[in-house]
Amino acid sequence: MSEGFLAQAFVYLLAAVATVPIAKRLGLGSVLGYLLAGVAIGPFGLNLAGNAGEVMHFAEFGVVMMLFLVGLELRPARLWAMRGPVLGAGGLQVGLTAAAVGGIGLAFGYDWRMALAAGLILAMSSTAIALQILAERGLQKTGGGETTFAVLLFQDVAVIPILTVLPLLALAPATGGGAHDEGWIATLPPWGQAIAVLGAVAAVVVGGRLLTRPAFRIIAETKLREIFTASALLLVVGIALLMEAVGLSPALGAFLGGVVLAESEFRHELEGDIEPFKGLLLGLFFLSVGAGIDFAQVAAAPFTVAGLVLLLVLVKAAVLAGLGLATRRPRTEVLLTALLLSQGGEFAFVLLAFATQNGVLPVAEASLLVSVVALSMLVTPLLMMTYGRLADRLADADLPPEPDAIEPQGSVVIAGFGRFGQIIGRLLMAQGHTVTVLDHDMETIETLRSFGFRVFYGDASRLDLLQAAGAAEAALVVVATDAPETTLSIIGTVRRHFPQAEILARAADRNHAYAVIEAGAHGMVRETFGSALELGVEALRRLGLPAYEAERAGRLFRRHDLRTLHRLGALRGDDGRYRLAVREASERLSAVLERDKARGRIIHSEGWDTTSLVEEVRRNAALKQAEG
Amino acid sequence: MPQRILVLLAHPVRRRSRANAALAEAARRVEGVRLHDLYDAYPDFLIDVEAEQALLLEHDVIVFQHPIYWYSSPAILKEWQDLVLEHGFAYGREGTALAGKSLLSAVTAGGGEASYSPGGLNRRSIEEFLRPFEATARLCHMRWLPPFILHGTHLLEPAALERHAADYAALLQDLRDMVEA
Ligand SMILES: Cc1cc2nc3c(=O)[nH]c(=O)nc-3n(C[C@H](O)[C@H](O)[C@H](O)COP(=O)(O)O)c2cc1C
Repeated sequence: MSEGFLAQAFVYLLAAVATVPIAKRLGLGSVLGYLLAGVAIGPFGLNLAGNAGEVMHFAEFGVVMMLFLVGLELRPARLWAMRGPVLGAGGLQVGLTAAAVGGIGLAFGYDWRMALAAGLILAMSSTAIALQILAERGLQKTGGGETTFAVLLFQDVAVIPILTVLPLLALAPATGGGAHDEGWIATLPPWGQAIAVLGAVAAVVVGGRLLTRPAFRIIAETKLREIFTASALLLVVGIALLMEAVGLSPALGAFLGGVVLAESEFRHELEGDIEPFKGLLLGLFFLSVGAGIDFAQVAAAPFTVAGLVLLLVLVKAAVLAGLGLATRRPRTEVLLTALLLSQGGEFAFVLLAFATQNGVLPVAEASLLVSVVALSMLVTPLLMMTYGRLADRLADADLPPEPDAIEPQGSVVIAGFGRFGQIIGRLLMAQGHTVTVLDHDMETIETLRSFGFRVFYGDASRLDLLQAAGAAEAALVVVATDAPETTLSIIGTVRRHFPQAEILARAADRNHAYAVIEAGAHGMVRETFGSALELGVEALRRLGLPAYEAERAGRLFRRHDLRTLHRLGALRGDDGRYRLAVREASERLSAVLERDKARGRIIHSEGWDTTSLVEEVRRNAALKQAEG
Repeated sequence: MPQRILVLLAHPVRRRSRANAALAEAARRVEGVRLHDLYDAYPDFLIDVEAEQALLLEHDVIVFQHPIYWYSSPAILKEWQDLVLEHGFAYGREGTALAGKSLLSAVTAGGGEASYSPGGLNRRSIEEFLRPFEATARLCHMRWLPPFILHGTHLLEPAALERHAADYAALLQDLRDMVEA
């Protein structure tokens, strides 16, 4: 068994690793890469995939995780603000698509009940594909991306009533067991079911609010990474099970759980922990979709299948395009939504199975539709390849182009929020900047949260955490960690993965300052230099130097010191440690002090000094007197 | 009631000052005069506008005391004017906070009186060069007093400087005891 599992894991992983990078290279996107890899290992390719249906069932959990992550990104206030598009665009999309598909079914001479069932099932789009493509192209926060998401959210909710309605459309008596395969809840009376559903939702909301934070805090304090990861997974799996138990969509429940936790300080850590699992499972999901396409059926009626796929994509895209244009959305946005949601969804697989069990659809029709839906998923990444060019042309025609509504979030990320980082954070926040802060000290986070800071728990040197904190959109990353090695590693990571962000770093001392610059920081400050200088200026004042002169002496010292630092820093790079050592020897304290003394004289021979002027005037006056 | 006098001193290198140091010392000794050293109060040039405006409201006669640098004042006094004499406070329809107060320029110049005459090096008198201050006073509804000018500081003997400082102190005393018009 375990050998079989390992062998299968090996096949799937190998297929992904071999195909996806090539697909990305060719500009096909990862989704298409996975799907093609799936076809390659499927029964009609190398036939290595084993039971793809079972794998898909397991991999669907990736969608649950994806929605959990989406929820984490969406604070309740934003979700509330989206209620318009969700109900409006989502409701109309599902309603109109179901009507259109159903109408076509009727035209082909099917019974109205079958036509309606097919319409409802095919109205669903693929959350996995659409969100993955949005994320890959960084389009989540654009207008089109948000509409897409709103529609998908509505579909997720709509699955529940559709599951309820389908059995009523049965032509023949159900082949499966009960109408719903929902376990113990089906045994409850209707009001009991309602209470169970409400209770489950309340448990997620209240539990998420009240229990998870103290629990995660205790777990975080153990400083055992894998236990934190385990509890994050536990949370998502638990929510999914709970939702399944009461007959709600696990994805929807996970989404709700995510929203509840969106304001928690563990948000980014959770994101970082769940993200890789989600990625792997989604990949697996796409692979299994590819492997599951029944090419025997396709080969038997190639034109019927192709025609149906084309029709499905056309109808779905047309409905969305019509809706978008009718509501006067910018045309690039409409295009994005129409292309992204034009495929059948993973829910369709579930619903089709459910519909056959309940005698709503005959097995032959249902399995044909499974192939159609799977193939339509293959079409989306292909269509998206044209999106860039089409959008450019539309944008040119659409004058003036609508700017993408980008949330002004996370424009600054501060890594390390001890006494040093806090000062920077307070200054930036006072100027109205949105600051996302990462720190791994629970006590600091506790205190600061009580002052209303957005502080998140986590190890700031981790790439996934930086990503989750919004480093990819950040204009500026301030690295204010106290351990010099950590600082260097964060700078390196940010430089490699988020090249758009400017990096300012806290350096420990002169040597660390060089290392910080070499690592790629755009600016740095030595942590003790500024405050020591300030105290020095204060000392000068106490010793009788007028305030303005003391201030200038301090500033001149600073300028001189920085210039020396940069001059020596430039030397470091070019020609080995030997020259550096020589130069540094000459920069020994005695030499530095000698030059400072010389500079002390410079201060007093600036423009304000009238000694030479007075002497000249006096000489002239004396001359005149001698003449006169 | 005695007039309250505020002397705003602007000299960047006070330790090297002879003329202004002597004048400031004389002013400090006059009862009812408040001496406010701007370079000392704001070595970082970050003028506290509210505090400065409050100070203005507490006084009747404002004195700008400074050396003449490039026919004008040292930089901080310009910064002070730019920030403190706000629209709505010092000028404009509602800017009447300084109305009825007096402005006195007390300046020291390296050049002698002759150099500030039509035939001299500088062609015009110090009063001419102080026109921007005079206009400022007018815009702020303040009375522009005849300036106190100490010429030829380069050649000034200690005894003469003493005398001028005493004159300055006497002028401030007169202003203090002046009956409101
Ligand atoms: C930067 C600078 C600019 C000056 N510009 C002038 C000027 O334009 N006209 C003038 O008569 N004297 C000028 N002087 C001379 C000063 O007015 C003179 O040194 C000062 O009034 C002496 O006062 P103190 O002893 O308080 O410094 C200038 C001096 C400096 C340092």
